Amino acid sequence: MNILVCVKQVPDTTEIKIDPVTNTLIRSGVPSIVNPFDGYALEAAARIKDAHPDAKIVVMSMGPGQAQAALKECLAIAADKAYLISDRAFGGSDTLATSYILSAGVKKIEELEGKFDMIFCGKQAIDGDTAQVGPELAEHLGLPQVTYALEAWAEENSLRVLKEDTDKKLLVQIRTPCLVTFTKPSFDPRYPSIKRKLAANRARIPVLGAADLPDIDLMRAGLKGSPTKVKKTFCPERKKGGVMIREDSGQASAVKLFQLLEDAHVI
Amino acid sequence: MDAKTKDLWVFIETKEDGSPLSVGLELLNPGRALAGKQGGRLVGAVIGCHTDEAVKAAGEYGADQIVVVDGEEYKEYSTDAYTAALFYLMEKYAPTTMLIGATPNGRDLAPRLSCRLNTGLTADCTNLDVDEESGNMAWTRPAFGGNLMATILCPDHRPQLGTVRPGVFKKEKPFKAVEAEVIRESFVFPKENIRTMVLEKIREAAGELVDLENAEIIVSGGRGVGGPEGFKTIKRLADVLKATVGASRAAVDADWIGHSHQVGQTGKTVGPKIYIACGISGAIQHIAGMSSSDCIIAINKDPDAPIFSIADYGIVGDLFEVVPALAEEIEKARGV
Repeated sequence: MNILVCVKQVPDTTEIKIDPVTNTLIRSGVPSIVNPFDGYALEAAARIKDAHPDAKIVVMSMGPGQAQAALKECLAIAADKAYLISDRAFGGSDTLATSYILSAGVKKIEELEGKFDMIFCGKQAIDGDTAQVGPELAEHLGLPQVTYALEAWAEENSLRVLKEDTDKKLLVQIRTPCLVTFTKPSFDPRYPSIKRKLAANRARIPVLGAADLPDIDLMRAGLKGSPTKVKKTFCPERKKGGVMIREDSGQASAVKLFQLLEDAHVI
Repeated sequence: MDAKTKDLWVFIETKEDGSPLSVGLELLNPGRALAGKQGGRLVGAVIGCHTDEAVKAAGEYGADQIVVVDGEEYKEYSTDAYTAALFYLMEKYAPTTMLIGATPNGRDLAPRLSCRLNTGLTADCTNLDVDEESGNMAWTRPAFGGNLMATILCPDHRPQLGTVRPGVFKKEKPFKAVEAEVIRESFVFPKENIRTMVLEKIREAAGELVDLENAEIIVSGGRGVGGPEGFKTIKRLADVLKATVGASRAAVDADWIGHSHQVGQTGKTVGPKIYIACGISGAIQHIAGMSSSDCIIAINKDPDAPIFSIADYGIVGDLFEVVPALAEEIEKARGV
């Protein structure tokens, strides 16, 4: 069994601060992390490997050279092999161009590692929050998909997936090969062992550039391959603090709040 | 693909019984103004099984034309059948713009469709407009956990696709002199080509359905709730308000309440009319998931809690005094 996990290195958005004077993001000094949802995808793959020890987990990322750190973290946690897709020609890609490049990467890595039975992704990255790259990658590769998965179990020629829906959970069977995107499960992902961490630090991670992906059409990559263009970015206007209530007792505060809400026709 | 018309389409997602989800009808409201600015008609695309109610509603909520694909294979949502049906419609009618509700299914379908159409998609828009310079749609959406807004254009590819979260726009029945024209398309997708199968639908215990994304009122508890017992206080206020119970990551991670209640970046993004945050300090990852609520009420012991900076009403006090008293006041006023 061959599993590919796609990961993205992202800034830890919980550490991002806003410059109060210029009202812009302060990006410097923000630590880079493995996108948490991709971590859940890796954990799902690791659980399949727990049940099927002969399974192989390969991780793939696209980004600048420093994204190797994210791949090393995945190696330390559960992955057996890692590949970085990196080329200046890929910079500025929107989700459609990114998923196209990733599909070319998958085809190349399959030549080296064998066909993948399943490709796991996080449901979205916490910097872009689009949730588009997973389904678009599935479409480029012609694979069936399940999104918002919580857990997955491998069966013969299929995968059983527990997924979130608006007001319920669904147990879905999907034919392999397939692509599944993961959201946060009810359990915590595993931590790396010291031994794996040391091995991961020593690992050499192959980098695949445009020249290594012979079939890639560079007109479909980078800025020129991206149908969407960012016209402008701005920081949202934060609400100015509202009415503060601080009566002598909780009871009195509640009464005051209720009056205010009624007067404003909120309740 | 080139657009054949200046029409703006809205995807009307249906439930298994064929009735429409609210978000599709909501999107007809801004869709109407945008279609006018683009110089085209407003078209509703209804896909499902036994969809008469959805077709009727799409007309009432303002569609000029409704294109329907109705069949057994569309009763339950599947990526394969729905993508194929919408792709067929997009190729045949080639509108200039399409809006899709950012429900779990909408977010599954839209990227798949955009990729098959080789066009751009902007997810989870909170503002829609037409760019005056170019006449393109101007899609505005949050990124970086709500810390940054971006306005996106799709200048050279058609249709322009965007998804919008439920609750961002309000439903509105416009006055209409003419009934909507209904076109029925018989697009059959062979069931055996659907590569996924739903084996089981698992609902939480009766009365425990957690639908935060469509909730009008949410009462959320955080670290200040102190434990699973404390959520009874939260639940009581929620019951009085007919509200849904939410929670911060801290409360979920401590196992005081299930993950399906979590609001925030790794939980649900919500936009109710009223959001009551009890004992929630307001970490940025929580605020990212609820800051677009119409009215935010915060109850916290700590006067410096960041949640107060985004609250419309803030109470500094013990939630175990304030919350029960508030529930009582509301019950009294309603004569329950």
